[in-house]
Amino acid sequence: MTAIIEGMLNGNVRSLAKAITIVENDRPGKKELLKAIFPRTGNAYLIGITGPPGAGKSTLTDKLIALLRQQGKTVGIIAVDPSSPFSGGAILGDRIRMQQHALDDGVFIRSMATRSHLGGLAKTTVDVIHLLDAAGKDVIIVETVGVGQDEVDIVKIAHTTVVVMVPGLGDAVQIAKAGVLEIADVFAVNKADREGAAKLVNELRAMLDMSTGDWKPDIFSTVARDDVGIADLLAGIYQHREYVHGKGLDQVKFKSNVRQELCTYLMDGIIELANSYPDFEQLVDNIYQKEITPLEGAEKLFKKMGVKNNWLTTGGDDAEKN
Amino acid sequence: MAKRIKVLVGKPGLDGHDRGARVVARALRDAGMEVIYTGIRQTPEQIVATAIQEDVDAVGLSCLSGAHNNLFPKVVNLLREKGAEDILVFGGGIIPDGDIAGLKEAGIKEIFRPGSSTDETIKFITDQVNQ
Ligand SMILES: Nc1nc2c(ncn2[C@@H]2O[C@H](COP(=O)(O)OP(=O)(O)O)[C@@H](O)[C@H]2O)c(=O)[nH]1
Ligand SMILES: [Mg+2]
Repeated sequence: MTAIIEGMLNGNVRSLAKAITIVENDRPGKKELLKAIFPRTGNAYLIGITGPPGAGKSTLTDKLIALLRQQGKTVGIIAVDPSSPFSGGAILGDRIRMQQHALDDGVFIRSMATRSHLGGLAKTTVDVIHLLDAAGKDVIIVETVGVGQDEVDIVKIAHTTVVVMVPGLGDAVQIAKAGVLEIADVFAVNKADREGAAKLVNELRAMLDMSTGDWKPDIFSTVARDDVGIADLLAGIYQHREYVHGKGLDQVKFKSNVRQELCTYLMDGIIELANSYPDFEQLVDNIYQKEITPLEGAEKLFKKMGVKNNWLTTGGDDAEKN
Repeated sequence: MAKRIKVLVGKPGLDGHDRGARVVARALRDAGMEVIYTGIRQTPEQIVATAIQEDVDAVGLSCLSGAHNNLFPKVVNLLREKGAEDILVFGGGIIPDGDIAGLKEAGIKEIFRPGSSTDETIKFITDQVNQ
């Protein structure tokens, strides 16, 4: 383990790759590894790139990598794709578009399957971001598939979220309904070579003009396939970075992220503990038979754990207020 | 829970026919594996760099151009150079009988030829990786 930690912190590619596997597969040594690298995190600039399948996210990422490399920045990429709900397997093909960077030491690309985790990310994506961050990548790009608000957890993590849209997927009203307007810091209308792109840009602009937020997302037309509009897009991304940095929002975000991580571990731990009680299944049955409510079931379990839980006792009232 | 097997399916060389590689990729996915597909016309160097970054258990090479005797051993050798000889390499495509022994000697663990079922490939990978 020490060799892997030292290796990855000193730029050894195979060590970094092995470290990611340890984290992704919950292998022994994960805790030690994360502890060793955690103090070195928090330096990378995190860009999320999300949008519907086939919008050109990977192609766009490929072109952004090239530009970032020209600027002398090292880049880490995490390309997340959904696992098959049937077999649990996955075909991870985002790299196809990025293979021109395969031999560049300054670029590290890793594919991840969601492994049935919801929200567009794998459960361990955040830890993998920590690893790339600690390994010294200046910029980390996370590509995820997502269309609606519920699918894009990356928004909570990334400093800047780029939503990639394409003409022909519906009008701006539908886009607004999916909640896309709220999650984008920057819009890329890709496949601008296609009919309807200008119209989509105008519709988006009209909707965004009505928004009242502090930050007004800019819209960039791109033809990722032909490397058109990428420099402007990157400039727009960096403009948002300035804004985030100037307001100290990156620190706010980092803190809320570590809070979220803490809560995730707590939740996992509590559920595991509950599952370990021999009468857990009996309790599920009792609920199933309508002898008790799920809320009462949880209450019983918390009592067993010796946890006094105020939310549970007032839960019903709070729910009503909602 | 069994280990989640990760396989790179790559096409070295200049031929642009990846139907076979895609069929294999899909079969492996349906068997519960995570498949990195790198697309056509990859150099052995690109395939090896990708296999290392992705930390795959196995690399499957498909070649229809006839350059397998050169390209497949090159992948094995490059993996060795990078200290990644533990990654299993197997191959497929149009490969004459006479070439198989030489390829195996060069470190390609198995060759699957057109007509062999994807189940064979799945069983082979699973056995090798879990052993
Ligand atoms: N016409 C057109 N096609 C593009 C453009 N950008 C990407 N594509 C193509 O769209 C397809 C999907 O691209 P990909 O980057 O894999 O999309 P992703 O699923 O969002 O990552 C590929 O065939 C690309 O070549 C573009 O600007 N215009
Ligand atoms: Mg993609």
